[in-house]
Amino acid sequence: MTEITATSTAYTSKELVTDQDVRWCPGCGDYSILKQVQTVIPELGIPKEQLVFVSGIGCSSRFPYYMETFGMHSIHGRATAIASGLKAARPDLSVWLVTGDGDALSIGGNHLIHLLRRNFDVNVLLFNNQIYGLTKGQYSPTSEKGKVTKSSPMGAIDHPFNPLALCLGAESTFIARSMDRDPIHLRTILKRANQHKGTSMVEIYQNCNVFNDGAFEVFTEKSSKAEETLFIEHGQPLVFGANKNKGIKLDGFKPTIVELEGNSVNDLWIHDETDRVKASILTRFFDDPAKEGHLPRPFGVFYTENRFTYEEAMEQQLQESLSKGEGDLDALLRGNNTWTVA
Amino acid sequence: MNKTIELKKDVTILFAGDSGDGIQLTGTQFTNTNALFGNDLSTFPNFPAEIRAPQGTLAGVSGFQLHFGSIEIYTPGDDCDVLVVMNAAALKANLKQLKQGGVIIANIDGFDPKNLKLSKYPDGVNPLEDNSLANYKVFKLDITKMTKAALADSGLGIKEIDRTKNMFVLGFILWMYNRSLDNSLNYIKEQFKKKPEIVEANTKVLKAGYHFGETSETFMTRYQVEKATMKPGTYRNIMGNQATALGLIAAAKKAGLQLFYGTYPITPASDILHELSKHKKFGVKTFQAEDEIAAVASAIGASFGGALGVTASSGPGIALKGEAIGLALMLELPLVLINVQRGGPSTGLPTKTEQADLLQAIYGRNGESPVAVIAAQSPSDCFDTVIEATRLAVEHMLPVFFLSDGYIANGAEPWKFPQSSELPTIKPVFATINSKTEDGKYLPYKRDEKLSREWAIPGTKGLEHRIGGIEKEHETGNISYDPANHEFMVKMRQAKVDKIADYIPLQTIDSGGAKGKLLIVGWGSTYGSITAAVKQALAEGLEVSHVHIKYLNPFPKNLGEILNNFDKIIVPEMNNGQLVRLLRDKYLVPAQGFNKIKGIPFTAKEIKDKIDEVLAN
Repeated sequence: MTEITATSTAYTSKELVTDQDVRWCPGCGDYSILKQVQTVIPELGIPKEQLVFVSGIGCSSRFPYYMETFGMHSIHGRATAIASGLKAARPDLSVWLVTGDGDALSIGGNHLIHLLRRNFDVNVLLFNNQIYGLTKGQYSPTSEKGKVTKSSPMGAIDHPFNPLALCLGAESTFIARSMDRDPIHLRTILKRANQHKGTSMVEIYQNCNVFNDGAFEVFTEKSSKAEETLFIEHGQPLVFGANKNKGIKLDGFKPTIVELEGNSVNDLWIHDETDRVKASILTRFFDDPAKEGHLPRPFGVFYTENRFTYEEAMEQQLQESLSKGEGDLDALLRGNNTWTVA
Repeated sequence: MNKTIELKKDVTILFAGDSGDGIQLTGTQFTNTNALFGNDLSTFPNFPAEIRAPQGTLAGVSGFQLHFGSIEIYTPGDDCDVLVVMNAAALKANLKQLKQGGVIIANIDGFDPKNLKLSKYPDGVNPLEDNSLANYKVFKLDITKMTKAALADSGLGIKEIDRTKNMFVLGFILWMYNRSLDNSLNYIKEQFKKKPEIVEANTKVLKAGYHFGETSETFMTRYQVEKATMKPGTYRNIMGNQATALGLIAAAKKAGLQLFYGTYPITPASDILHELSKHKKFGVKTFQAEDEIAAVASAIGASFGGALGVTASSGPGIALKGEAIGLALMLELPLVLINVQRGGPSTGLPTKTEQADLLQAIYGRNGESPVAVIAAQSPSDCFDTVIEATRLAVEHMLPVFFLSDGYIANGAEPWKFPQSSELPTIKPVFATINSKTEDGKYLPYKRDEKLSREWAIPGTKGLEHRIGGIEKEHETGNISYDPANHEFMVKMRQAKVDKIADYIPLQTIDSGGAKGKLLIVGWGSTYGSITAAVKQALAEGLEVSHVHIKYLNPFPKNLGEILNNFDKIIVPEMNNGQLVRLLRDKYLVPAQGFNKIKGIPFTAKEIKDKIDEVLAN
């Protein structure tokens, strides 16, 4: 059933393309994400038949139809719960979960937090476009306050989620952020997500060019990207700016922007992926880019932690019970107290 | 002292007391002892929804009814011969259940002014003292005092001593019915093995109760209920939820599948989870999900992976699972859905029984969404029926509802358990590389003669494919919005469920002739009451038959023919008329409902009276 041959891990990106027409709107950020996933996967050494893509409902959730792997396009918000059962039953599979800001954070919010705390070894790709695309343009739980949409003509009054802060609070063991418009970075993060044992939560900023065009342009456009983004790497100082001339320094728990001129790189915050407290501060780099003195938006792996996965713990209990002898069905049916009628 | 022994064919005894009095334990122990002795029996535990309702109040009364005998027993008994009450509230709540002339055994400590007030007797009224119970045989025992006396030297605190008084009652009842203490002594030893002082205390009190019966001059009569004439074989006692759990383990083993049980705790289904989670050495994976939706979704995920996905709940939880059940039937994956029904709607009567989720099982989803539905008729029948539900789910690749209810889930009866080798084998059909078409394509929705598709599980090389909840094209499974295809697929999914009728047994007649004046049609847990009533009617020479339907969707192929052979059809149900609608709809027969919606099962007498009434007209 799970026979792995020499050839099953050798396949090209093209072999991951299905015969289905991709039906996202022209110019949608989803195309890039699909392309990066199809590029990275053949490099991971996972037999094609061991790959499963599970999704919920929404534009992003059409993803499995375009991947020549096993796949399930399920129901709104529940892909996380379906993937949990799949992974519990089949720890051997490589399970990828494709979801959006509505699917994961609104209707599926409950399952998401429980997936994270249980730490099933699955990779979650959360396409965040800060809008409901498939239902044609209502605000989402990540839309900014005041957002004018079809369902909020006077501006949304909901305060939005900070997805990575939420995930960290839900005991996530891997949180990262990337974007559709930076293929190289996205590919790096996808590989890191795959390497991590446990739930890997990757938030991907994705442009919806029909209902929310330009939501992330300050982070993705050449003219502003260098000043507005902060690419973080383990062991490296937090440096950003067009000429790499700015850094982040921690003043107690308060991050401050400093000019490198006149400050030593050694005084800067050195990114440590294993530091939960600092990761928590990093997730709070979430200012409105229009705000005076705002912090740049971080991209990269914020936090990673080795923790036993749910399926490992489940297997361990089974093995512990089985080591005392496999169950005898007849003994079970008989029970402890019987009587015989002649 | 010379005491007489009176022979009884059957006895119905109701133990009642405060929720904290250990009534369920007393009842279960007495039940097991009688079962081991060889009586036929049936039980009905009846407890309040509150974990600990205020002590001494009517809301806090917990009851356990046992009907045992040397004759065939079908129900927990209509009225009681003996009522054991630990306090005034227990008497007030249950007196109407006692036969005229019946025996009351009362713990007088539970009739002090405080208890009388809590149970809302008028000021100064004590039913034990005011002659209001003159039509009964009342025995007043100071159980609390005698328990304290037995443990005077034990060094235990008042609370711990008080907790053992149910053992005094048990010991006394065991004496009264001339039963051995052995089973209960073994139970105490096993249950408290880590606390030797508690073993000793319970043992002492149990024996004190027994010796009290022997030495007290109040009780000059003991009763003897001989062994029942039962089919030869080895028996055990079993409760419905326990039988369901064992059935799932057996079914998974017979199918060669891993059992995955995704669930969320809910009364009265949780005991299935408790039982299954003990049996990891059978490779059982239990998953306590974050909610009902996650529970069913996880089971669907497991089924997609090639495991036997099972989820269980009660009505409110099933309502939450509705959308995912629709997904499972679109995916055409095996899924066993257990509904241990309780009183509804909404939160309803969580600890009481009802059969009001039949239409929910059959129709309760969006769109045209047929699934198979079968129901168990007694505690031990849960075992066979859940195996059958698994067989249908796995061999026909679809969700199957297994309906149980609070009455049979918590009720117990003797079970002539099978050998594992006698159980039916279940044959999943997995897709392999050979399932591909000649041009190398894999068609996930290609169907066999059962109209069922193959199970193509991840990890099978060359069979990569996508499935989902959106309407799919015939055979390829690709998304399709084609109007003609949608109609075709809707009809196909219905035909697939209908086709199951070719693979299930024909309907049999439980008792009575194949034609006649009156047919009683039941389903689920009403089996016992209907059987007892119809047997009595037949013994009186009345022309009545009984059909009990296990397969509720689809119905057995010959059901219509049977129905047409009777002048009148009565359908007793613990709901406002659900099966009766289905029968009238499908067969256009003039079936009439006979409904009880009180959270408690029909008595045999209620059904017998109905038979008399209908036949008299």
